Order: sequence, then structure tokens, then C-alpha cells
Amino acid sequence: MTTPLSKPKRKDPTKRTRIPSLPPGKRSREAHGLTAMAAVGRFALQVCNECQKVQYPPRQICSNCLNDKLFWRDVNNGGKLLAETKLQHSNDTYFRDRIPWRLGIVIADAGPSIVAHLGEDCIRDQRVRMSLSIDRAGNAVITARPEKPTQLEEDDVQLREMAFNPKDRRVLIVDGKTELGLRIAENMVAAGARDVFVGSAEPWRSSSYLDKIKDLERTSIYSLDVTDTESVKELASMIGDKVEILVNNSYHLRMGGLVDKFDINTAHDEMEIHYHGLMRLAAFFGPIMKLRSADGPQGASAWLNVLSAYALINNPDLATYSASQAAALSLSQCLRSEMAAGGIRVLNAFTGPIEDEWQQIAPPPKLIPDTVAKRIIKGLQDGKEDIIIGAVAEEICARIAENAKEIERTIKL
Amino acid sequence: MHNENKKPTQLLELVTAITRGNIKVIDLTMTLDRKVPTIVLPPELGQSWPFRMEEISKYNEKGPATYWNNFSCGEHTGTHFDAPIHWISGKDLPNNSTDTIEPEKFIAHACVVDCCREAEKNPDYLLTIDDVCSWEKTYGKIPPRSWLLMRTDWSMKKTPEEYLNLDDEGAHTPGPHEELIPWLIDERDVIGFGCEDVGTDAGQASNFKTPMPCHHLMHGRGRFGLPALTNLDKLPAQGTVIITPPLKIRQGSGSPVRVLALIEE
Repeated sequence: MTTPLSKPKRKDPTKRTRIPSLPPGKRSREAHGLTAMAAVGRFALQVCNECQKVQYPPRQICSNCLNDKLFWRDVNNGGKLLAETKLQHSNDTYFRDRIPWRLGIVIADAGPSIVAHLGEDCIRDQRVRMSLSIDRAGNAVITARPEKPTQLEEDDVQLREMAFNPKDRRVLIVDGKTELGLRIAENMVAAGARDVFVGSAEPWRSSSYLDKIKDLERTSIYSLDVTDTESVKELASMIGDKVEILVNNSYHLRMGGLVDKFDINTAHDEMEIHYHGLMRLAAFFGPIMKLRSADGPQGASAWLNVLSAYALINNPDLATYSASQAAALSLSQCLRSEMAAGGIRVLNAFTGPIEDEWQQIAPPPKLIPDTVAKRIIKGLQDGKEDIIIGAVAEEICARIAENAKEIERTIKL
Repeated sequence: MHNENKKPTQLLELVTAITRGNIKVIDLTMTLDRKVPTIVLPPELGQSWPFRMEEISKYNEKGPATYWNNFSCGEHTGTHFDAPIHWISGKDLPNNSTDTIEPEKFIAHACVVDCCREAEKNPDYLLTIDDVCSWEKTYGKIPPRSWLLMRTDWSMKKTPEEYLNLDDEGAHTPGPHEELIPWLIDERDVIGFGCEDVGTDAGQASNFKTPMPCHHLMHGRGRFGLPALTNLDKLPAQGTVIITPPLKIRQGSGSPVRVLALIEE
């Protein structure tokens, strides 16, 4: 059985914090096909168009018939663990820091033999289920767990490197004055977060959501205004070295188009909160989180931005809001690249319209904030890079992949 | 034309009196920083930017020898000057914006009515004609072209929450009664009205019969506003001169202003 995660102790101030190191980072272009599948939580491998052979590792031509038409297809993630070993030595700094490390060969039901990182409960000759995960360097790897989930599976120290269960981790939620902020806080507490820090801007504005957050256990509220550089700096200096998961749920949505509604002030506010706000958070929380990514099983691990699916395609009914979300998405890609160097994963959740006061006149289907919060937690637990939430967001992604010009012309609220 | 032979004795006397401390200079200005609260409006309306500052350089690679900042804020941030063009009632008046108001209007006498006890008891306290008449019985009539400054010690509130004092029916801060404003203009010819809270009107003034009377009526008659003052407790009831030049913004509706008061010791 998986060793239960020992309750995090307070940090010994006389001990040096381990410097982050990364697993081997080089991948071929073909191998990044796995990364794309892992990002959205799919278990897909290359399949030959001609002979239907499932390929692993990814390659340019079929290992059976040399055909170069290989395409990615979701395949059965089951298999049998053929052999397992415990790595006791490595020349690689990342694994040296973490040995012993379990690896095994799985005979996949889909065909190929796959070298996988093993959960503690996997037993030789027994059935396992595999997932495509993303490691701390940002690359896809295959992990295996027993076919049936085991009791303490989520405590597995090795698998925690690739997934971000809030259990025993300390979480910062940037905006506690929205219902989504409240629901994320509630679900983080329910998921066993060790401490939940919640930001609150403009103290003179009351918020029923923030009032409810005050009653949650292990939760504390801090002054945080992402439009104010000093405010972000101040909070980072107070709790930056304790934040292990950062959830940036900054939100400022105003409806309206572009040509018929010239409103620089609204556009400015949206950019200030979504784009410059992310910049400020990155500037002050980023460096300290990067330094703490190897600080034991509870070290800093993930940064999650809550974005709108309209970051991917501009909705003319939300013209400047969509543009500010696209700007934030672009910045998040840079953040991912820079934080990867420190072993911190950057995840983006893309939501469809949410049931709230600012989207009151948006037609259904709309997401209940609690649903969004639960999907965010699940996405963290699964270590997904892109968490697509709700039917609208899913449809947007599918239509962009199918024909971006079509959706560009037809999308509206 | 200047008369080269004539020495400006009165001005020299003024400067000498300031140097010797016979005339004291009191700063009535709130320090502008990121925590200065701006007026809170319904969120669907246009919003005034809060005061924000970003460093340009601080003796570093962006400017080895220089320290300076960019700042941004709405025209009506911190201690500020309200020009008549700020309100629809004053939009067509001549010389109604910060760039066109005659500069001599930026130096004027000020009367200070102490309402701190009343405001402490009742945050919605309204200054009435009777209150001002009874003040005049003690301190003398308000001279024409004076400011009327309402002292409430509101600027001493410790937090932005206490200062703005909002609940689910809006702000609760003191201000002038709607009947006082036309009386101050017609009977006393004041140059404007100043106070210590975030706006010259009371927190609940949008519910008055004439909504926002200090803005609507004062600006409609070419008078000014001077909210978010501090240190009014250091001023005498009569005899203060205040200096209030806003930034010369073309068509500016107001601007943050450094308000200086001169008082005789």
C-alpha cells in the first residue's frame, strides 16, 4: 500500500532548501505529440494509417510497415506490468535527488511495450492503467497505477511530482470576492489543502463571498490587488515562500463590442487585471515559487490561471474582454516556459460562460461556479495542462481545431 | 507694465512673515498613494482610476543617475479641485475648466465651520443654514468670495473602509444640506465648498430632492469644490487664506491639488 504522506512539518530554518533540478528535457518533435495529448488528459498514441499498428515511442514512420502516415488516436490505457525495478543510482541530478525511483515495463493492451513511472502499489504481472502525464520539465511521460484505484494512491510521492493534488499543499487564490473564488476556496479545503490564502482587493467594497470564506477552516484572507504593484509585492514578501499552488482567478468582465462601443477605460481595466495583473503576480510570486519546487513533497508545484475559452477565439459580444484573455493566455505561455526552468508547471483552465452577475444576460448553458471549482481541482489532481471546462469551452476547442475560420465568423453569446 | 522703481513691499512683508513664522503655512493635502480611496460608484458606470505608481528608474540600469516614476489616477483623486465643468449644470459656463479658470480664484479666504461633534454622532450629518447662521453669530459673517470649509475630522479615519463608510444603502458621510448651497451662493457669494470626506456632497446626497446639490448647484453657478482636505483642525474659524491651483489640464474637470493654508500666528 502507498506510504501515507507524512503530515508536513514546519520548515527547519537551519536547513538549506534543495535547489530545483529537472528531469531530462530533450524530446523530438514527434515525441511532443505525446505532450499535446497529455496536456488535455488524453491517452493517445500514434497509429499507422496502413497497418493499424500502435506505435511507441513516437516516430516518423511505422515500425512495422515503414508507412509515414501515422496519426494520433485514443487507445486503451490498460496493460500488464511485465517487469519493475527501483532505480537506486542515476547520473541525472533530478533522479539522484529523488531515488529510489520505481520504473517498469508495461505490455500495453494496445500493443507496444512501454517504460513507465510506477506508482507504489503496482505489482509485477498484475494489471495497471496508464496515463500520459507531464513531468516537471514540461514533457510527456507515461505513469502507471494499479488497475483499480488504491486507497492512498494520491499520496504517492513519485506521482505527486506530476500531479498537483492540493492535499497538504498551501494554496493562494487571488480573488476571493467572486463566487468562483469562494467555491475554489471551499473545494481546496475539502481536498485537504494545508492552508488556503485568499486575496481581497478594495477593502471598502463588501462581498458576501468573502464573508463566507472567512468562516472556512484553514483559510485566511490577505489584502491583494493585482492592479497595484506594491500590493502584489507586499503579499509575496509575506507569504510568497509558502505558496505551493497559485490559482490566478482574477476576473473583470464587461460586455460589449468594439466598433459600436468605444470604451478605452473598460479595456484598460480588463488589461490591468488580466494581463498586467498576471505580470505582477509572475514578477513577485514566480521567482520564489521557482526556488521552492524541490522543497520536499509539499514544495511549490503549480500555477493555474483561470481563463475564458474566449481567450482562444474572440467573441464579438465580449470584444475587449476576449482580447484581454488572449493577452493573458499569451503571457501564460511565456510564464510556462520560464517557470518550467524552475520545475513549476503552469496550467490553464478554460471556461465557458459562468453563472454570475456580469454574465447575467449570456444565454445558457452557463457553468455553476462550484462545477468550475471542482473541475479545476480535478485538473490539478490529474496534472492536466489545459483544463477545458464545460460544453461551450469544449465546443470552442473542437471547432477551432476543425475550422477556425468558421467559428470566427459565427461565434456569439 | 511693472514699475521698476516700486518695490513690492506687501509681498516682501508676506514672505518675511512666513520666514519668521508670523504667518504659518499649513498643508491641507492628503498624501497621494495607492491606498487613497476614490469615490465608489455602481460598478456598471465608468470608474475613476485609483492612484498607481510605477517606477521608471531608480539609479539602476533603466536610469543610472535618476529616480522617477510614472503615476496614473483619475482627475478626482485624493485632495482635489472640482471645476464647474465637472457637473452637467456647469458644462456651458465660461472659464469652467482647470485650464481656463482665472488664476486669481486659486487664492482665497476660507471660513472653517467645526462640525466634528455632530459628524461623530451622526455620519449622515448635514450642515444647515441655521448651523452656519449660528456660527456667524460667534465668528462673524462669511466674507464674499470665501471658501466654506466643513471640518468633520473625517480625514482622521484610520482605514479606507471607515473613511468611505459604505453599507448596502451607499456611503454614510457628512456634507452640506441641500438648502445650504443656494443660500451660500446667493446670500454669501462663496467661491466654493470644501470638506474632509471623499466628495463635497454627503454620502447619501444622491437621494436628495436635488441630487448631489453641492455638485449640481455650486458648479452650475461657477463655484468650486475642494474635497478630501486634511488638517482643518489646525485652522481658525476665520482669517485663513488657501492656495488651490489645480494642474492646468486642457478641459480638465479637476485635478489632484496641493492645498496650502496661510494663517496668522
